[in-house]
Amino acid sequence: MEALKIHKGKTVPLLNNNIDTDQIIPKAFLKRIEKTGFGEFLFDEWRYLPDRSLNPEFILNQPEYSEATILIAGDNFGCGSSREHAAWALTDYRFKVVIAGSFGDIFYMNATKNGLLPIVLQPEECHALAGLPAAEQVTIDLPNQQVISSLGYYYFEIDPTWKEKLVNGLDDIDLTLALADKIREYESKIPQYLIK
Amino acid sequence: MGKTLFDKLWERHVIAGKEGEPQLLYVDLHLIHEVTSPQAFEGLREAGRSVRCPERTFATMDHNVPTKDIFHITDLIAKKQMEALRDNCAEFQVTLCDNGSDRQGIVHMVGPETGLTQPGKVIVCGDSHTATHGAFGALAFGIGTSEVEHVFATQTIWQSKPKNMGVHIHGKVAKGVYAKDIILALIANYGVDFGVGYAVEFFGETISQLSMEERMSICNMAIEGGAKMGMMAPDQKTYDYLYGREYAPENMGAAIENWRTLPTDEDAVYDQMIELNAEELVPYVTWGTNPEMGIPVTAAFPKSKDLNDERAYQYMGLAPGNKFSDIELGYVFIGSCTNGRLSDLEEAARMIKGKKVKAGITAMVVPGSRPVRKAAERAGLDKIFEAAGFEWREPGCSMCLGMNPDQVPEGVHCASTSNRNFEGRQGKGARTHLCSPAMAAAAAVTGTFVDIREGEWLNGSLKNS
Repeated sequence: MEALKIHKGKTVPLLNNNIDTDQIIPKAFLKRIEKTGFGEFLFDEWRYLPDRSLNPEFILNQPEYSEATILIAGDNFGCGSSREHAAWALTDYRFKVVIAGSFGDIFYMNATKNGLLPIVLQPEECHALAGLPAAEQVTIDLPNQQVISSLGYYYFEIDPTWKEKLVNGLDDIDLTLALADKIREYESKIPQYLIK
Repeated sequence: MGKTLFDKLWERHVIAGKEGEPQLLYVDLHLIHEVTSPQAFEGLREAGRSVRCPERTFATMDHNVPTKDIFHITDLIAKKQMEALRDNCAEFQVTLCDNGSDRQGIVHMVGPETGLTQPGKVIVCGDSHTATHGAFGALAFGIGTSEVEHVFATQTIWQSKPKNMGVHIHGKVAKGVYAKDIILALIANYGVDFGVGYAVEFFGETISQLSMEERMSICNMAIEGGAKMGMMAPDQKTYDYLYGREYAPENMGAAIENWRTLPTDEDAVYDQMIELNAEELVPYVTWGTNPEMGIPVTAAFPKSKDLNDERAYQYMGLAPGNKFSDIELGYVFIGSCTNGRLSDLEEAARMIKGKKVKAGITAMVVPGSRPVRKAAERAGLDKIFEAAGFEWREPGCSMCLGMNPDQVPEGVHCASTSNRNFEGRQGKGARTHLCSPAMAAAAAVTGTFVDIREGEWLNGSLKNS
């Protein structure tokens, strides 16, 4: 996983509440057995017209947002299905950060496993950020847990463990395998009558 | 101070990590399916790792499976994904309920039916409806593919302990009102995000009175209220359900003694409590594009309160003030991990026995699993459905998410017993209305929604009669 410490990028607002993972990546594109190539299908039903040309009305297709790497959303972003394809589609498209009022719990975990930083801010802070000019460069300082823009400094909370993994791009499995003795010890204590 | 069911389940499984920080939990059962596992297996291969406990891992094919002719898969990408699961299970020695096998079905049907799902277990699956298994007093939740890979390699998972919410449901439901109405009403009242950050326990006299199948329908949709973990205390009904199942413990007496210690202590306190009076409930149907946009079948559609509502009305081709009886249905779908169980099909069949599906409506029944399909056929339900004009299909996820060829055409309204009415969920431009199996069956006959508490329908309803 790519490490994420300081990210500087432009923002794009998509303030609907409850953007579900079916919207982020429709089921038609879940049949691939690779982790790559999902960016093309991000927000597919909003992004394309029936003839597969880009829908000029959709904000991600507007030229001033063509370089955005920070998505500003409403509440409960990523609710619904557990599909990690949603996180893969966002990162493959080029997003590094999603800022929202809240996140679906499964999506939140999926994001952290893919170097995509989910930031929870107050709804009014999300709305203020959504009003920034498309050209403004916003700085995300993960070590200091701050979103820095012309609006000032917005502090955000993140669990120290997830933060450390994101900052260092650590592989969870290696860290857990170092605890193999503890796992074996736990297994040895499971009552036999619970194992057929 | 006492402990809740959730506290007890959590504590039993902690291997490492301090309180207040993410903790490493042991996973007793890992269920997998074809859509969210291939990248996880690939990750294992790339790192030269193996599946740590193949005996605690169990695979099914469900999302992509065609329901007309299960062995004739026309979608080549879907076929490749199913073949990948078959190959991966062989390579990593994981048991697979293959397409066509006697146990095949939706992953959340197979766990309970085989007896793999038991009280006290931590159960994970790369699928958000995993809380279904919480109906047995298990800590069950959906995970992403990276987490699937982690569980493969370590049989454990890192989790921050969520807060604990108690959902008190009291009162006896009226005839014609079902478990589906309870969960739809709960989400309509408290919103699609009331459970974000919480593990939810449903309890109360209403829950005690429900069958295991009805309990599963409620826990199944915990995620539609934002809670990835939903659970209920195990009781005698739970143990009775498990007796004699293939993977049930051999020494059930010892197991039950252990499980009896799980329910929430009397003096335990939840971080948050909400309640629902089931006695006042009526059949619920959704009008919009997320599960909180549900109202009593008799009510007029609400005023648009924000941009989200406006967008939903536009997508659904409906307007505030319209009623459900104004909707002209094109499709009816009875099935899914929410409502694809035998009692669901019995209720639906009772409503339509001797009646005909209205001309122009495509109506189908997709049993959640092969055991359900077989049991329904033994009871003659297939004949009742077919005589009425329903298609009787092979088991799978089917039109709940339309990853297989079963899709609702653009702009067409569908009465569906599934769990999500998101934009495009059942097909691009499809307009989904969530409801109970009995409501969906009656709607197939009339071509629109009716209140099944009235007239001829009331006598058709088995429940609580």
